[in-house]
Amino acid sequence: MLEIKGLRAQVEGKEILHGIDLCVYPGEVHAIMGPNGSGKSTLAKVLAGREGYGIVNGEVRFNGKNLLVMQPEDRARAGIFLGFQYPVEIPGISNMYFLKTALNSIRKNRGLEELDAMDFLALAKEKMKLVDMDESLMRRAVNEGFSGGEKKRNEIFQMAVLEPQLAILDETDSGLDIDALKTIASGINALRRQDRAMILVTHYQRLLNYIVPNKVHVLLDGRIVRSGGKELALELEEKGYGWLEEETIREQAVNS
Amino acid sequence: MSANSNIEELANREYKYGFVTDIETDTIPRGLNEEIIRLISAKKNEPEFMLDWRLKAYRHWQTMKDPTWANVHFEPINYQDICYYAAPKMKSKPKSLDEVDPELLATYEKLGIPLRERDLLAGVAVDAVFDSISVATTFKEKLAELGIIFCSFSEAVQNHPELVRRYLGDVVPFTDNLFAALNSAVFSDGSFCYIPKGVRCPMELSTYFRINAASTGQFERTLIIADEGSYVSYLEGCTAPMRDENQLHAAVVELIAHDNAQIKYSTVQNWYPGDKNGKGGIFNFVTKRGKCKGVNSKISWTQVETGSAITWKYPSCILMGDNSIGEFYSVALTNNYQQADTGTKMIHMGKNTRSTIVSKGISAGHGQNTYRGMVKILKNADNARNYSRCDSLLLSDKCGAHTFPYIEVKNSTALMEHEASTSKIGEDQLFYCQQRGISSEAAVSMIVNGFCKEVFKELPMEFAVEAQKLLGVSLEGCVG
Repeated sequence: MLEIKGLRAQVEGKEILHGIDLCVYPGEVHAIMGPNGSGKSTLAKVLAGREGYGIVNGEVRFNGKNLLVMQPEDRARAGIFLGFQYPVEIPGISNMYFLKTALNSIRKNRGLEELDAMDFLALAKEKMKLVDMDESLMRRAVNEGFSGGEKKRNEIFQMAVLEPQLAILDETDSGLDIDALKTIASGINALRRQDRAMILVTHYQRLLNYIVPNKVHVLLDGRIVRSGGKELALELEEKGYGWLEEETIREQAVNS
Repeated sequence: MSANSNIEELANREYKYGFVTDIETDTIPRGLNEEIIRLISAKKNEPEFMLDWRLKAYRHWQTMKDPTWANVHFEPINYQDICYYAAPKMKSKPKSLDEVDPELLATYEKLGIPLRERDLLAGVAVDAVFDSISVATTFKEKLAELGIIFCSFSEAVQNHPELVRRYLGDVVPFTDNLFAALNSAVFSDGSFCYIPKGVRCPMELSTYFRINAASTGQFERTLIIADEGSYVSYLEGCTAPMRDENQLHAAVVELIAHDNAQIKYSTVQNWYPGDKNGKGGIFNFVTKRGKCKGVNSKISWTQVETGSAITWKYPSCILMGDNSIGEFYSVALTNNYQQADTGTKMIHMGKNTRSTIVSKGISAGHGQNTYRGMVKILKNADNARNYSRCDSLLLSDKCGAHTFPYIEVKNSTALMEHEASTSKIGEDQLFYCQQRGISSEAAVSMIVNGFCKEVFKELPMEFAVEAQKLLGVSLEGCVG
């Protein structure tokens, strides 16, 4: 589904990603872990097409299509969803209206009929249950005055409505208390499907207790330095990132 | 396409109403002197008191200078180079729409303002002002059954001189400012409206102003009187052809609300703004003021200002009656080289008077947007309350937003609140929308629309739609 080859990207002239290779197949959940500043969020934003992130080299294919030449909205319509680390507030626009506009522009693009207000409401109510979201949040302006937990719920709720093929969830677990984390994790688990892939970007192993990934990758200084199964996350929890850093330095020394 | 180029595209959309109607026009020579004023008055067959008033205004005008305090810049206006009267040629004032020149009807049709009653928006009566005169007023008879007078100003002068005499200049005296004095001297037509005691006007009343002739100024006057316990909602719309020279529009609007009366006045102003290099466009120098004369009266201004090369306009409320309420809701959009200096004055005189000001300024391109507002609490205005909020949204790196709030309080029981914010349209917001599948153009519209929501929700439905369209925004779900 997603194929990343030798991806190098920069922000404001500074190279952050130094060559990423990653393959994600339908039905898989990949966790990308790493310390602050390792390039995790940059990778998420590059995949979603955020302006200001320059591609230095490499390629990214999504279902065979060259993702890097597509506009962000076209990537979304093609089935890529980014769960934001810091969901953005849009004053004056109701959550309901925003999401309905989003869903209908995606549907329209796929040649599907647009949903009217009634049908959309029914769908929204159904999906809200997944993350135990309060209905009153639908009538409020997008993320405005939402608590941290409400914002993150809203992200997963949006994902549930938009039904992406590939969901990239950027630190969805940050700033959540344990109850909210459990609710959100169970929402995400309910959205796992054979034809859907997910990339979880996270600092901590904590989230992975609830959402068990197929693969775990460790990102250090813009490179994936180690990939493994779910047990890699546990190892990291125990030893921290330090031992990998040392190991990487040692390997580099040997190679050069 | 990048977010910035989309914003520019949105801001540079073509002006749709720039066409010229080819119609025979009765114009008088350019220039301003007593002869011209006598000529205008004679053309309108006015009673003596009107001519006297005009001449007084003219003489006062001669002693005045262009106001220079506003944050707008333009070459001095040559008042002798303007034509002060232009009217489509008609043998006599048409008695019904069937007698109105089809060319004129077609013009309004093209502007989306059908004048034939069967095509009309249900519940909106229209007075259509073309250059210097009113060409048609719809639903007049139906309103007359309730005792409501809704007609052109010229007709009011002929048929209701006692009302005109009593109220003309009551709220905006000709000594008020240079443009008000000029208007008082040369105004040619406009709308007149009187709502009798206890009547709730069953439909929206509206005036649609169209400047067509070249080198012509439009100087109309609107006078609305809401007698005790009455209610009226009034709408005003405006467009003009695209021309290279600047045209002057200097209107005066006076509102009077007696005891327990309410007037809601909404404007969607879309005069030609000039081209993208700032050439041409209308100078919209307008004096609008309402007087809450009676107890418990209320005047509410809502304006959406998207057109004009320069806007100079401060719809204000004089809160004389105890417990009276004044409101001002405004959206002003400036792009390319447009300049707007707009805001309001709330003068609290009565006890327990309240006022609310919500101003939203949007600047794009090289647009300069200024909010200028004054809240004045006089000595006897016990327990006066004011809430002001002005927000500015910047859509480019070259535009500007300025805020000048003036507050003058002479009574210690007053309670004032003022909030202000300036924000740049966020790349984060745009990206968030795009990431959800919404095109960047639709996203800009959505964000701007959300920004203006507090004001749009004050507009009557039909107008809200037009306002939304003007900002290139889809209305669905956002206003209500």
